[in-house]
Amino acid sequence: MKERYSRQILFSPIGEKGQQKLSEKHVLLIGAGALGTSNAEMLARAGVGKITVVDRDYVEWSNLQRQQLFTERDAVERIPKAVAAAHRLREINSEINISGEIMDVSVQEIEELVEGVDIMIDATDNFETRMLLNDASQKYKVPWVYGACTGSYGLSYTIVPGQTPCFSCLLGAVPMGGETCDTVGIISPAVQIVAAYQAAEALKLLVEDYKSLRRNLFYFDIWQNQQSTIKVEKLKKDDCPSCGQASTYPNLDPVNLSRTAVLCGRDTVQIRPANKKKRNLDELSDRLQAVEGGKVEGNTFLLNLTIEGRRLVAFQDGRVLIHGTKDISEAKTLYNRYIGG
Amino acid sequence: MKLFINGEEMIVPDNVTNVEKLLDYFNLNNKAGIVERNQVIVDRSLHAEESVTNEDRIEIVHFVGGG
Repeated sequence: MKERYSRQILFSPIGEKGQQKLSEKHVLLIGAGALGTSNAEMLARAGVGKITVVDRDYVEWSNLQRQQLFTERDAVERIPKAVAAAHRLREINSEINISGEIMDVSVQEIEELVEGVDIMIDATDNFETRMLLNDASQKYKVPWVYGACTGSYGLSYTIVPGQTPCFSCLLGAVPMGGETCDTVGIISPAVQIVAAYQAAEALKLLVEDYKSLRRNLFYFDIWQNQQSTIKVEKLKKDDCPSCGQASTYPNLDPVNLSRTAVLCGRDTVQIRPANKKKRNLDELSDRLQAVEGGKVEGNTFLLNLTIEGRRLVAFQDGRVLIHGTKDISEAKTLYNRYIGG
Repeated sequence: MKLFINGEEMIVPDNVTNVEKLLDYFNLNNKAGIVERNQVIVDRSLHAEESVTNEDRIEIVHFVGGG
């Protein structure tokens, strides 16, 4: 096996056989923020054969403090995170297959993305997408590794269909609101601990060393100097709608999904039109140039309109981000005013 | 009353007599989480019935969304 992986091959639980397995596996990373970029870099360096990174957002200055694949230039040019991450990952390891997808993951997307994937890594910033991952994991029998953090706190758990409780079993109901990077901030060491646990569990799954999986819910507070685990096997529910005997996968039913979302760590609302068609940014740009008091900028991937002290960013896939507000109705008003349904 | 919460010794008022009141005391009742008392997970529906007594070892883990 190649020199570049020699230290990892020397590690006996991986070895030559494990390295070969890694090279044949496909990891799907949902989210290219702090957890996503850290996980992606570790797995790319480890020689995972194929890595797909999916993200709906673009790079901003506030990301650079912790999102390790991005540079100042990415922030200045507002490069979509999936593009910037894939670019950097290819520089790190040109021998593996890396795919960056600019995409907001909902039902249709996850059902397509999960095909042929060996494991999924959760690097999302919200519970709704995690529930989507959870049900896709159960339906298609693909393990996933939950990870999340805010402030100096973080936690992780590995969900293996048919073996462990699923995320729905652990969580009970999806919480409304709660702490986000928006309200309590986030420090990089907390991110790196969660990502390290996720990537380690990913490597165990990928080299098929199932007996070494953690099996416990791990959590810590790196500032309060606390860490612990809880055994959660007994939370598995036989009547769970996601992983029970009569599963209906409710989180894969579009009726249960919202069309708008307030983004973590940002004063921003995202609106996704129900009508899924590609947006013509050139046409939109021409239209917006005529708006009095507005400033229009763009690149190949998105269009930026600054107006009324707010910023609207339209993507090709139809989504619009409204920066400068957390108020969904105000965001919808601005959307309808300048972009139109 | 003395409790060990997430490994740390803490004094809570004596009127904190069950898990629900303990979560209220820490302002955690509206969060999704798991509570373990002396290494046994407390069923979510039984928080009000599960007593908390002196020197109990309590683990409280709450789920967050950031990433």
